Amino acid sequence: MSPLVSTICQFWSSSIGKKVVVALTGIVLVGFLAGHLAGNLLVYVGREATNDYAEFLMHLLHGAGIWIARAVLLTCFVLHIVATIQLTRSNRAARADAYEVKTSVRTTLSARVMIWSGLTILAFVIFHLLHFTVRIDQGLADLRDPLVDRHDTYGMVVRGFQNVPVSLFYIVALTLLCSHLSHGVASIFQTLGLRSKKTRGAIKVFSWIYAAIIWLGFISIPISIMLGLVHFD
Amino acid sequence: MNLTLKIWRQEGPDAKGQMQTVEARDIPEEASFLEMLDIVNERIIEEGGDPVQFDHDCREGICGTCSLTINGVPHGPDNGVTTCQLHMRKFRDGDTIWIEPFRAKAFPVVRDLVVDRSAFDRIIAAGGYISVRTGSAPDANGLPIEKDHADQSFDAATCIGCGACVAACPNASPMLFVGAKASHLNLLPQGKPELDIRVLAMVRQMDAEGFGNCTNHYECEGVCPKEISADVIARLNREYACASVKEGVA
Ligand code: HEM
Ligand code: FES
Repeated sequence: MSPLVSTICQFWSSSIGKKVVVALTGIVLVGFLAGHLAGNLLVYVGREATNDYAEFLMHLLHGAGIWIARAVLLTCFVLHIVATIQLTRSNRAARADAYEVKTSVRTTLSARVMIWSGLTILAFVIFHLLHFTVRIDQGLADLRDPLVDRHDTYGMVVRGFQNVPVSLFYIVALTLLCSHLSHGVASIFQTLGLRSKKTRGAIKVFSWIYAAIIWLGFISIPISIMLGLVHFD
Repeated sequence: MNLTLKIWRQEGPDAKGQMQTVEARDIPEEASFLEMLDIVNERIIEEGGDPVQFDHDCREGICGTCSLTINGVPHGPDNGVTTCQLHMRKFRDGDTIWIEPFRAKAFPVVRDLVVDRSAFDRIIAAGGYISVRTGSAPDANGLPIEKDHADQSFDAATCIGCGACVAACPNASPMLFVGAKASHLNLLPQGKPELDIRVLAMVRQMDAEGFGNCTNHYECEGVCPKEISADVIARLNREYACASVKEGVA
């Protein structure tokens, strides 16, 4: 094995190395969420803006752009999940015998349930892709934009979220994502060694604000649709 | 004061342990926690029983030998002290106190509350030293060192290697210890030349010992008797990542 490859393998198999992979892939996913939210908020502008944006994404770099983005996201997602599952398992094994009584002094609920919020996000992402990307529901897949000959993304979102159980699952998943981010975003700085006494307060606030914006931004859409504030026509 | 103790009893490394209820009677408030256990043990011995085994040495908070997870918190409820410096006035008459060993797969129980922390020695032996003679204490200011770095190094050097960070961490991670021992040397001119090999070796030894890794719960900071900050963990993460990159390309 070349020395470079063996260093990469050693890095991946070390605890800190794997954590760094989690943090770097976390940055990509966190960046994606911000972009995705900005795009989604176009439903408040209307059908034309939303569908223009969807069309723009599909034709970026003559259609290659979306596939490049998907490949990068999928790679990061898979690395993030594989690394965190392995880390969680070795962390559980490191405390073979549980305490009879264990009292927390600093940790938060969000920090303790990272693997569960993460796995909920995974389940949600699979559902979400089948729902709006693969469109297994023919009714949603066949919607056409009434003005231009193209798929009606706006209509699909509105019809999709008029389904109350779907919207409720969406809101629950996004709430766990908010929890994941409130610990995760601040963790990026610590894992990459960018956190210190001077910056810890600011990092915590930044992490909370980011998580809150993502949460409120995304859940506002199904809520507005269920309340009839955003409608099909 | 009179107390009810729930104490972890375990005959040996491979034996199955369990909690035992022991009454502690007529304990003076000014006794330290370990003195309280001494009193309890004397009575057990008088009654022909098997005394509770626990670790201790200096009893003045500097050696890092005492341990004990008290009511679920390593070194007990007081902030910034070791178990030997914890006093019974922190408890109330009639309290029930849970006493368990520092639990981690890498800290196997030897007997009762005594655990084997030699994994820490092996981490130090892997890289927690400077391999050339650096001479005796240099003249003050003979070797210029940034005030900030001197302070941070000194804070890290207060680590007594007790293992409370491991005991408190939900993942049994020793990164506060490893970070402190690395920062202590890495921030000083004498420690800089071996920074990369030190950090790589110490982290690899830490992983090989079967410890968990840090997921930023900061429980360690909360229980450290020397109140060492998790900034040393951030620095260790950064130094390890940089050292790995250098090892890969150089
Ligand atoms: C949009 C999707 C996701 C985003 C934006 C995200 C973001 C993050 C971030 C920023 C971190 C902190 C990295 C660090 O420790 O430095 C993190 C950690 C983690 N993530 Fe995710 N994540 C996502 C999906 C998932 C999924 C699907 C899982 C499922 C296994 C997961 C499980 C974890 C776990 C267990 C941690 C480690 C927690 C810790 O170190 O305390 N994440 N995530
Ligand atoms: S016995 Fe030495 S620190 Fe407690």
